[in-house]
Amino acid sequence: MTANKRLKTLGWYLVLAGLGYLFLFPLLFMIVSSFKPESAIFTDLYSLRAILPVGELTLDNYQGVFDKSRIGHYFLNSLLITGGTVVMGLFVNSLLAFSLSRLEWRGQKLILSAVIALMIIPLEAVVVPMLLLVSQLPSLGWEEGRLVLEGSWMNTRHVQMLPFVANAFFIFLFYQFFRDIPKDFDEAAKLDGASPFQIYRHIIVPMSGPVFATVAILHFMVMWNQYLWPIMAVQSEAARPVMPGIQIFFGRETKWGEIFAYASFITLPVLVVFMIFQKRFVRSLAGAGIKG
Amino acid sequence: MKVTKHAQQFSIRMTTLSSAMALAAPMAMAAPQTLELWRHETGNIAEIEVSKAAVERFNRSQERWRVEMSMIPEGSYTETVTSAAVAGDLPCLLYIDQPVAPNFAWAGFLQPLDGLVDQAALDGLIDTAKGTYDGRIYSAGQYEVALSLLSRRSVLEEHDIRIATLDEPWSKAEFLDALETLKASGDFLYPLDLQAGWSGEWYSYAFGPWLSSFGGDQIDRSNYLYAEGVLNGEEAVAWGDFFQSLFEEGYVDRNPSDDRGFVQGRVAVNYGFLEPSAYPDEWGDDLVVMPVPDFGHGSVIGGGSWHTGITTACQSPEGAAEFIEFQLQPEEIAAMSEGAGMIPASEAGAALTEHYREGGQWRFFYDYSEARAQLRPETPAYPIISSVFERAARDIRDGGDVQAALDEAVDAIERNIADNHGYGMDE
Repeated sequence: MTANKRLKTLGWYLVLAGLGYLFLFPLLFMIVSSFKPESAIFTDLYSLRAILPVGELTLDNYQGVFDKSRIGHYFLNSLLITGGTVVMGLFVNSLLAFSLSRLEWRGQKLILSAVIALMIIPLEAVVVPMLLLVSQLPSLGWEEGRLVLEGSWMNTRHVQMLPFVANAFFIFLFYQFFRDIPKDFDEAAKLDGASPFQIYRHIIVPMSGPVFATVAILHFMVMWNQYLWPIMAVQSEAARPVMPGIQIFFGRETKWGEIFAYASFITLPVLVVFMIFQKRFVRSLAGAGIKG
Repeated sequence: MKVTKHAQQFSIRMTTLSSAMALAAPMAMAAPQTLELWRHETGNIAEIEVSKAAVERFNRSQERWRVEMSMIPEGSYTETVTSAAVAGDLPCLLYIDQPVAPNFAWAGFLQPLDGLVDQAALDGLIDTAKGTYDGRIYSAGQYEVALSLLSRRSVLEEHDIRIATLDEPWSKAEFLDALETLKASGDFLYPLDLQAGWSGEWYSYAFGPWLSSFGGDQIDRSNYLYAEGVLNGEEAVAWGDFFQSLFEEGYVDRNPSDDRGFVQGRVAVNYGFLEPSAYPDEWGDDLVVMPVPDFGHGSVIGGGSWHTGITTACQSPEGAAEFIEFQLQPEEIAAMSEGAGMIPASEAGAALTEHYREGGQWRFFYDYSEARAQLRPETPAYPIISSVFERAARDIRDGGDVQAALDEAVDAIERNIADNHGYGMDE
């Protein structure tokens, strides 16, 4: 490697390190501050100490979080809601995308156009009609040995899951990926007597690992970070997820150390999920799937 | 008539069943009726524990009603409650932030307390502990909070600055002199902290009273229909010029990165809430609490804290009223104050506390609240007034044209009121 090239590489590394620092700074600051006493957080704010675990370190902020909120319960709720929605979403969204990309049926193009059009409608635009709708939907209950219809969907876990299972963007992601898989596979399977669902189950799904990983990560992040919908549709602590729970700490006496501790604690699962799926995620984004 | 064995058995069974039902009926009637209560969850363990204990005491004190309290995080409380109201899912009893009460009453979500809650209990409260709309009381609270100027005796004495008192607050000139002295000393980059970085209702709550002290207001309170002349008149512009000068002279940081300047000694005077647990122990008596300055029309602070109201969804308003009456007893008001440190909402309650009784360490706050607190505009339009006022105040803070910012605010407020047909207010 020539000196010129080495210098260029070094320059690139410096740029990348700078960018890395830019993206990592908030995360490091949050995690490090969660272990510092309130006074130290702001004393260290104007120096590099802000992102270094130096000075007096304590677990008091975490203790405060557990004393003041039912974070464990919220955490479990979020896991159930997010996990359930992601699993159902992978199945439902991929199945519709399979149908749109691999089968031929009447109105297919219309539905595809509708799916693409739906991608531009934000949740905020439809959230009030959605709220009115779910408040009128009865839940299934069990009373004296038989199923009964009772109450509404408000204040339940399923009200936080079912409206978010189908997602236009994820359907489109699956559609794009499936479309690029050669149709010869389907033809061969059909000759062997495979049904459309068998083709989906035994051919398309095994070949689509990266897109499933990508959708799983994105859907996980969307669901884990849900805030607006839970504060509107859930009032009871029993069904409350983690994000609205942080609002407990914003009162007359805001304790930033506890807020950082809470935020660090709930960020952990997102990081873990990303680390598990990151290789497939990057592969999918880089378009490393099968090309037609 | 021939009676078969089966018919006899059936008759015996029915008689037994009827007897059992007759016996069970009084027991069923005796079962307490549940009243759901929503409360804001503050993260202040003491306050929540006191509330829970009060609910327990009420439930034990009688057998007819059982209050069940649910906690909703304070930061998203109003949004959650509004959504529940839209979805028709409100509980029977509701904690509500006083300035929001008129809007909820106008929207038909709250029942008036007059005639339901014992009038004597309501009469015993300080004015700011009652949320009214259109001449009727819709909410009542146990406590009050107060903003003040906090400083350190040693700092003020070192710079030869008089400590303001309730009887003699700083005048505008005295306030500016103090800031100039502190700034000139070089000890403080910014001598005053106004929590200018806080958002939401802070600007309306904190600086609306300063505007009143200048002689202006956020809305004409005679009919709550117009802001012209009060929010953009001569007095209001004087307030705007003064407010802007605090930032331009470098007395206040426009965008502080945190709100710990006073606690850490970077700021000499803090405009905010008393936070006893935040101050270093060694400060002790060095901490001084002062009223806000008198800018010409008296020293004024914002009043009204969290109250309890009865929703229109409540099927047992008499039970809900009983709970509110229970809360407003002097012993209960005192228990809340003792447990959570807040200012008691009645003289009788204050007399039972260690800190707020006559001669108590924090009596200043009770007298201060009673004498100087002004409720935020008691109109359903308050949410829009608050957000428009915040926008105008931020524009002024950032160097915008004062008259233009206030004129724009007047237009926005009056347009909203007109769009809502005056929110039920008459000329």
